[in-house]
Amino acid sequence: MSRWLHRGYAGCVYAFLYLPLVVVAVFSFNSSKYSLAWKGFTLDWYVRLWQNSGLMTTAFNSLLIAAASATLATLLGTVAAFVLHRYRFPGRRTLFGTLFVMMMSPDIVIALSLLLLFLALSLPLGFSTLLLAHTVLCVPFVATTVFSRFVGFPDDLVDAARDLGAGEYQVFRHIVLPLASPAVAGGWLLSFTLSLDDVIISFFTTGPDFEVLPLRIYSMVRLGIKPDVNALCVVMMAVTVTALVLSKHLLKEKK
Amino acid sequence: MKNNTLFRRLLIGATWAWMALLALVPYLMLVGASFFERGTDTLVRPGLTLSNYLHLLSPTVFTMAADSVALAAVAALLCLLVGYPFAAILAHAPARIQPLLLLLVMIPFWTNSLIRTYALVMLLKADGVVNSLLLHAGLIAEPLRLMYTPVAVFIGLVYTLLPFMILPLYAALKTVDPQLLEAGRDLGAGRVRNFLHITVPLTMPGIIAGTMLVFLPALGMFYIADILGGARTMLVGNYIRDQFLVFRDIPTGSAASVTMTVAMGLLLVLHHLARRRSGKEMLP
Repeated sequence: MSRWLHRGYAGCVYAFLYLPLVVVAVFSFNSSKYSLAWKGFTLDWYVRLWQNSGLMTTAFNSLLIAAASATLATLLGTVAAFVLHRYRFPGRRTLFGTLFVMMMSPDIVIALSLLLLFLALSLPLGFSTLLLAHTVLCVPFVATTVFSRFVGFPDDLVDAARDLGAGEYQVFRHIVLPLASPAVAGGWLLSFTLSLDDVIISFFTTGPDFEVLPLRIYSMVRLGIKPDVNALCVVMMAVTVTALVLSKHLLKEKK
Repeated sequence: MKNNTLFRRLLIGATWAWMALLALVPYLMLVGASFFERGTDTLVRPGLTLSNYLHLLSPTVFTMAADSVALAAVAALLCLLVGYPFAAILAHAPARIQPLLLLLVMIPFWTNSLIRTYALVMLLKADGVVNSLLLHAGLIAEPLRLMYTPVAVFIGLVYTLLPFMILPLYAALKTVDPQLLEAGRDLGAGRVRNFLHITVPLTMPGIIAGTMLVFLPALGMFYIADILGGARTMLVGNYIRDQFLVFRDIPTGSAASVTMTVAMGLLLVLHHLARRRSGKEMLP
């Protein structure tokens, strides 16, 4: 009895979490344009989406920014984790503290502080400002993921390499990086999804020349959305889920 | 050997450089701008003043902030009420399927939250799925007004943030030793008593973490209030955005951001202190 109650309750919560997404997915295959009634299966909206170059550009922009900022964040975050783990130097605690603050800051605060920087430097808002902003969003997550991988790292391997005459670069390149690679790859995918998921930071740090998908949907929601947006949402969900499942897989390995 | 020190210096220098430029300096600029005056031709004018913070003390801002805090707090409470039983069921599910069940919680949470908010609009609008189903079932005679109400904002916030509640609760519930509950039962405690006196205190860190993870971001989610709540429901995030983008009053917007961040920071510090204290009390 109570077992079925439990299953029923869990089922309801899952239904709540998935129902909206399922509705979007179903409508992306419904041949009726306006009414909710099911008028038969169609792939028309996916074809329309393919032909809608404006919408495709914003989706491509979102993916481009996600890939680029994930790469930059992974580079900076991995180096930061390595530096903080291996070296003792003045200001190390400040760097730790800054990373922590970056991670805890509300998105709107990250967005506005960077907006002020961009205004002060007179950088035009667009691809490069959004790239920097998303990198700032993602770096602390990469750094902590990689750093936690370094904790309990086989230091004797590093010592052995040093004894055999390896320099710092060789230690980093041939020992630390390969051993940390699952965390590095996981960090990249985490950053990729974080960037795709973001609304608030994009809202403040990009301009009309470089529109990303959530902002496009934001401006369309009130005016009424055509079903090709449903198709695009389904595609983006598929991309995100793939990235998430891959990152789970990579982080689980060798635990 | 020279190369090594060069490599080391290069990495430390690079890390310092980007963090200073992209994190420390922007934060300081935000704090700085909150003490500057509003310029006429430039956006801010140097000149120390507290007037931006005094602006925030006006009754309208105060009402907005109080409403926003209440909205976020109710959303957090709703998440807790929905999420706690759910997390408990997950924690007691067969160990084999738990990772899968957790992944299923994570997936919606990683889908862009604007896409998810838009999906909710499809459900809630006058001719949306919920109304159609209810009309069809004959439960209502005319469509309910769901969109542009505070109820829709609650649904939006809970829907977006529920996974943030479930994950820490699940982690906390996993640490509760079943032997303790058994001991409680042996000593004559019923299920309710066991729950209130053993499970709840032991999962308190998870409850607090989940509540903060819902409450704090909820304050900033201006787009949810915008899309689902119409013009009347305002979150702190809406206010700050309007100061920056509508009124172009960067100093006041900065002061509001700094105030919000400091308030959040204080909450986190309090949480930390409370945990340390309770940790000490637990020692024999």
